[in-house]
Amino acid sequence: MKPLKPIGPGAKTGLGIAFFVLFVAGWSAATVGGFVSPVFLADPLRMVEEGWNLLYRFNFAFDIGMTVWRVFGGFALAALVALPLGVAMGTYKPVEAFFEPFVSFARYLPASAFIPLLILWAGIGETQKLLVIFIGAVFQLVLMVAVTVGGTRRDLVEAAYTLGARDWGIVRRVLIPHAAPEIAEILRLVLGWAWTYVIVAELIGSSSGIGHMITDSQALLNTGQIIFGIIVIGVIGLISDFLFKALNQRLFPWKLA
Amino acid sequence: MEAGVSALLAIAGVGRTFPGVHGGRPTEALTPIALEVQENDFISVLGPSGCGKSTLLRIVAGLDAPSAGRVLLDGRPILGPGPDRGMVFQSYTLFPWLTVKRNICFGLREKGVPEARQEEIAAKWIARVGLHGFENHLPRMLSGGMQQRTAIARALANDPKILLLDEPFGALDNQTRGLMQEMLLGIWEAERKTVLFVTHDIEEAVFMANRVVVMSARPGRIKRDVMIDLPHPRHYTLKSAPEFQAYRARLTEEIRAEAMRAA
Repeated sequence: MKPLKPIGPGAKTGLGIAFFVLFVAGWSAATVGGFVSPVFLADPLRMVEEGWNLLYRFNFAFDIGMTVWRVFGGFALAALVALPLGVAMGTYKPVEAFFEPFVSFARYLPASAFIPLLILWAGIGETQKLLVIFIGAVFQLVLMVAVTVGGTRRDLVEAAYTLGARDWGIVRRVLIPHAAPEIAEILRLVLGWAWTYVIVAELIGSSSGIGHMITDSQALLNTGQIIFGIIVIGVIGLISDFLFKALNQRLFPWKLA
Repeated sequence: MEAGVSALLAIAGVGRTFPGVHGGRPTEALTPIALEVQENDFISVLGPSGCGKSTLLRIVAGLDAPSAGRVLLDGRPILGPGPDRGMVFQSYTLFPWLTVKRNICFGLREKGVPEARQEEIAAKWIARVGLHGFENHLPRMLSGGMQQRTAIARALANDPKILLLDEPFGALDNQTRGLMQEMLLGIWEAERKTVLFVTHDIEEAVFMANRVVVMSARPGRIKRDVMIDLPHPRHYTLKSAPEFQAYRARLTEEIRAEAMRAA
């Protein structure tokens, strides 16, 4: 090992898998070995068995579908608002001066604390779930997009001006394409956060979704189901992250080092 | 010569003072400067670093506004940047997400030139700067010299009235720089463009130009205006000719005095 020295793709995958194996081994040792009571933590085999039960007897696939739809629905709404606003703020300093202080303030409002209010306003239906995700994601997105667009290389903007670009041309043909790869990264990052909000939203006043299943299992002290639910979230997150990364690499080949 | 009447570009009493930072004293980068550029001129602006030569060029480009005086292009005052003045920067300013060809077409597309005509113009300039076969390469796949050649082609594709170059070869190694000088000179000789070329390299200034304007250390002003009476077309072997060396020695003295004041 030397500082910053890259490793081969085979070794990279191997090491990544090795930690998962180690993790499961430690978990098995703790539970099967009898160091932790099954009441508090189910062993891996029991977890798989409970997962099987969930999927084939309790139609857990429907809950997974509901959760995925809420995350992507709320996130899409947030992106729909945040992208144009963020670009406008990054481009025009008066627009930024107008919105930035409020958005910075709103960013720190915890989305989960809005749940009681949102239930009051929107009931316990899908609108309320989407709104939790929306509130959790939109302010973060706006700020990060604005900073990225505002950080466009000045010399590229100047070059475009000397080539005859006018303001709209600068926005459309320099600022947006320059910021696009980083904006895609921001979307990927904030989508990850949206997953934590959705589960919180489903823990309260919900009749479907992974979070709802987890609350039900808690009442039954079924730690195997809870862990299975958590792992499902992790796996979905990993898959969406991977797809996002692959898409970004395909869309922005010029950004590769 | 009648002031500003026949000149393509007239810089009249242009000064630039930058406001002081945190209540400090303002910095005078340029003391009022007068300079006239005739059509087909190739003028090198030569000066030590920090003498304000880049500031002057940026004012002509419309990227910076003068604190005093004005700049006229074809008799009309310059109010901002525009495609009638092509600019090549020292830093690599190709749009990294566009291919060589798309970079060259950037200004044409902005003007609304039809696609087929864009292709024609791009093909001409790609051939002219020797980038045949690299049309669809992204800038990150190109060497520094190739990137600057693309940047020159991009500026010229717009058919500007004057080409402004801000130490365009400053970041290149010596051999590449020599080749780039010959290429640019070849284009100038063939197309009879008007060029304003900022550099701190004496040899480069003399080799390229028919007129070298020497600037003083900050605050910048024009110290000497030297006509370079060397025949065209120029070949790199000219650099070792005695008449070239004479210009070089003379300008070295001028610059040395300024560099000592600035250092």
